Amino acid sequence: MNTQKIGAVLVVGGGIGGIQASLDLANSGFKVYLIDSAPAIGGIMAMLDKTFPTNDCSMCIMAPKLVECARHLNIKIIPDAKIEGLSGDAGNFQVKVRKKARYIDAKKCTGCGECKKHCPIEVADRFNQGLTRRKTIYIDYPQAVPAVYAIDKNNCIGCGVCEKLCLAGAINYKDTDIVENINVGAIILSPGVDVFDPKVYTKFGYGIYKNVVTSLEFERILSASGPFSGHLLRPYEGKIPKKIAFIQCVGSRDPQVGKNYCSSVCCTYAIKEAIIAKEHSKNGLETTVFYMDIRTFGKGFEDYFNRAKEEYGVRFIRAGVSKIEEISETKNLILYYENEEGAIKKEEFDMVVLSVGLVPKPDMWNLSRILRVNLNNFNFCRTSEFIPVDTIRDGIFVCGTFAGPKDIPETVAQASAAAGRAMALLTESRGSLVAKKKYPDEVDVSNEKPRIGVFVCHCGINIGGYVNVPEVVEYVKQLPDVVYAENNLYTCSQDTQKRIIEKIREHKLNRVVVASCTPRTHEPLFRETIREAGLNQYLFEMANIRDQCSWIHMYEPESATEKAKDLVRMAVAKARLLAPLKRVEIDVIQKALVIGGGIAGMSSALLLAEQGFEVFLVEKENELGGNLRHIYKTVENRDVRYFLNQTIEKIRANKLIKVYTNARIKEITGFVGNYRTKISVGKFEDEEIEIEHGVVIVATGAQEYKPTEYLYGKDSRIITQRELEEKIFNHSTTEFFNDKTIVMIQCVGSRDNERKYCSRICCSQAIKNALNLLEINPDANIYILYKDIRTYGFKEELYRQAREKGIVFIRYDDAKKLELQTENGKLKIKIFEPILKEDLIIDPDLIVLSSGIIAEPNNAEIAKMLKVPINSDGFFLEAHVKLRPVDFATEGVFLAGMAHSPMTIAESIAQAQAAAARATTILSDKKYYAEATISSVNEELCAGCGMCGALCPYEAIVYKEKDGKKISSVNEALCKGCGTCVASCPSGAMTQYGFTKKQIMAMVEAL
Amino acid sequence: MSDYKPKIIVFCCNWCSYAGADLAGVSRLQMNPNFRIIRTMCSGRIEPEFILTAFKKGVDGILLTGCHPGDCHYISGNYKALRRYNALKLLLKEMGIDDRRLKLEWISAGEGARFQEVINNFIKTITELGPIV
Ligand code: FES
Repeated sequence: MNTQKIGAVLVVGGGIGGIQASLDLANSGFKVYLIDSAPAIGGIMAMLDKTFPTNDCSMCIMAPKLVECARHLNIKIIPDAKIEGLSGDAGNFQVKVRKKARYIDAKKCTGCGECKKHCPIEVADRFNQGLTRRKTIYIDYPQAVPAVYAIDKNNCIGCGVCEKLCLAGAINYKDTDIVENINVGAIILSPGVDVFDPKVYTKFGYGIYKNVVTSLEFERILSASGPFSGHLLRPYEGKIPKKIAFIQCVGSRDPQVGKNYCSSVCCTYAIKEAIIAKEHSKNGLETTVFYMDIRTFGKGFEDYFNRAKEEYGVRFIRAGVSKIEEISETKNLILYYENEEGAIKKEEFDMVVLSVGLVPKPDMWNLSRILRVNLNNFNFCRTSEFIPVDTIRDGIFVCGTFAGPKDIPETVAQASAAAGRAMALLTESRGSLVAKKKYPDEVDVSNEKPRIGVFVCHCGINIGGYVNVPEVVEYVKQLPDVVYAENNLYTCSQDTQKRIIEKIREHKLNRVVVASCTPRTHEPLFRETIREAGLNQYLFEMANIRDQCSWIHMYEPESATEKAKDLVRMAVAKARLLAPLKRVEIDVIQKALVIGGGIAGMSSALLLAEQGFEVFLVEKENELGGNLRHIYKTVENRDVRYFLNQTIEKIRANKLIKVYTNARIKEITGFVGNYRTKISVGKFEDEEIEIEHGVVIVATGAQEYKPTEYLYGKDSRIITQRELEEKIFNHSTTEFFNDKTIVMIQCVGSRDNERKYCSRICCSQAIKNALNLLEINPDANIYILYKDIRTYGFKEELYRQAREKGIVFIRYDDAKKLELQTENGKLKIKIFEPILKEDLIIDPDLIVLSSGIIAEPNNAEIAKMLKVPINSDGFFLEAHVKLRPVDFATEGVFLAGMAHSPMTIAESIAQAQAAAARATTILSDKKYYAEATISSVNEELCAGCGMCGALCPYEAIVYKEKDGKKISSVNEALCKGCGTCVASCPSGAMTQYGFTKKQIMAMVEAL
Repeated sequence: MSDYKPKIIVFCCNWCSYAGADLAGVSRLQMNPNFRIIRTMCSGRIEPEFILTAFKKGVDGILLTGCHPGDCHYISGNYKALRRYNALKLLLKEMGIDDRRLKLEWISAGEGARFQEVINNFIKTITELGPIV
């Protein structure tokens, strides 16, 4: 038998997780098969209108990734597919995949949509959650990848109309299922989830009352591509709602429907939907959220919650809704609920949104049987905290919501992590099955007169709703050298990319301008597109008429349209002067620097070393381990000590990992592929070492907040959770037998005025310690005083156990502060009990403060050296909160663990593996292709004054002798393209490609 | 005077202030529309000539924006911008142009709200100053 591992990976499920995993793998030397059971990839994220907490347009940020997947040479997308069998082992699997008949020849279909025009049969549209109807020949959504139609055979009557209409001859009624065997080395499971069907709760009348919708339906209602083109209307009669209620935890945290877990995302998405709904409605929409606990535990979420309350006036009521009644004349809805004081209230709304939870897809049990992976009690994939993306079967990894409810950035991080684990397994076969991209030869346009094509994007209604796009297009057409202009619903969609290529060829365009969103996210996509058409990719310019125009002038459509015209005119003026550029090739030092020797840093280091890359692991303390040294058991009761020692041993045993303890980073110079770092090692900084590496992973961790409140430090009976944990596991346990009454206070140093954010892990930590205490001393009375209990995901089970075992939970909030006093040497806590409506006095023997997590103070220093940002709380700020959770905007620098934000051990490990996988996309190639927009010297003009060299921050300018004259010259590998030298050159000899003086002046003059 | 719409150019560096402007957009922060952004990679790229020519061509106000001191993606480009800015201010006075028409502000990628505020204030100043000629 062939023992060579197969350099290909099967990714099951094409939601955002599957997409990310596929791209990471394909960009580091592996062939990928991406299968999805739906006719198009995209998953749930494609259905969302906006994403929290930045309200980024979901499709806008996702579309470039969809397109990249579709056009990637080493990703084969197989839609309508499912797994039917598996044989072989890790490194060499044979997967039997059934591809359902689509009745359309994907190679011939152009996605033009003529076919559907006369299709006589309409059915409910799955993508719009049944709120609209679609034809039986259909495409899932406008940006769908692959952009190919499908026939829904269950409803097709076989009338033959579409076949006659299809000029491409793509219809094939006789199509049959195809069963294929795919040979891969590893499998990544990212099948995603469904949303809970709320019909089982008859009390809400979902399915009967038309104006009761699920949150996903509401998401479609808000979407510009949704049933009402982005207008917020009631489903019943299309009236504009004035009062909307959101009901939380529908199908979550409810053992009665078998869902005793928290779906983790519903609180924040409800906040998002409430905010967006308010933005949609011009005349004062009221929104109310009914909830048990608000669980905004992620990075930036608490702030989002506060803004919803304070800025947007979203009303939050802590109450369970017992039933909904419909008023038959108005179709309005009456909600009956019991508030915190125990009073029964009723209130009328004209629309109700059920915040439905995430549930596993129905066929997961079957899949798990075929693949022989384990599921947990709730039919999610079972994983372990220390190997968060591994299943029990070697070579099969898991990511995203199938491994438990989670949001998009966590899914993306896990996806990269799973890709990383697969890369490590298949390292020896990296590059064995990949094809190289062949572009058409570049057309030489240098001697041609400019022929500019302009594509103006509607971006659904994001631009088109405020800027008169057709008017802009008409205006653009008469600008000099513009030979073609058109508008697109979404310029970034795959079909438009095709169109742009066609138009370039048809009109012999030699410059392209796209007026849409920001070049910061979309320029690479369009550059790639024109390159495919044979143009040099730098013959491209963008006008930002969305982020910097339509979105910020929403109430002044005329001014916005005028502005859009100006911006496009300026872009065209620059485009006229664009010249082809080349990217410089840079050698990559295939080694990594990892800053921080906690669990995140160690996990990154291990994953890189497993792939054969050398790693320098720098820790400022005198031993490895970071915060884990103070943790004994995880919330799932796993032994942290054992795991930590094992990990340290693995690190020590790996020859590729060089560990520096007691070490500090002194200086980092260089750039992606070529860093040079000075480290001082030893307590007295006795030794200075210089290392060279190609990438950096920042894993500096975080600290426990040292409380200043509640007499901490003044009375030995007041300790933190961490101190309690040390006592439980380290000391003799007898002392706790004396402590009869123990009070834990949550949110100490979190969610207050000084630190507004939630520290995420304290609730579970407190409950974990409380349960452990009860084991030692079953008679203890334990009170947990909290604002909201945030035991998200499967940690909800812990909360249930705690209540069952008699741990008392009492709520407090900022308005009703806790009071702590000592009276005759006794501790006394006064707290207002909302149900009894009176003050309660507790006399604790021990008080445990759940103190929050604060950022490492050194972060600022590291951030400065690397030129990466930190947020106002001192944590590092990633490149994009949704889709680039472990990247920095600066190429070659990555982020992992609590340096990013507070998180659990499992989450830190997943992020660390993700960061290593992302780093591998650079390290796995000996070359890195730098930016092309660097400086250059016109040797004729240079007077050799040396001004530029003195100013260059990278020492990229050196002198050389030419014809007896001293002149400047630019080191292309070192130049980063800031253009400072250009601005300071007195003789005009310096220029910056892509930002030449002429080009910028042309923009100035065009205004 | 009330419907006077000044012509204003805002130079943004790619990494901080342009991202800050995008963030203002993502956050839907509404602001006065009378300004046009030109993007360069760094504020250090801005040549005095851009500014002088712009004023000559009848632009009423120019706002230079970049990363906060110490945050420049290219280490020190913004300091160089600051030096040039100070010199330009003097030059403008000599030329008889009110030097409030040129302003330099630091805006980070996280400061969408600050971008909005800076823009609105600057446009207010220029509107009060009226057309340049
Ligand atoms: S990059 Fe922003 S000022 Fe230099």
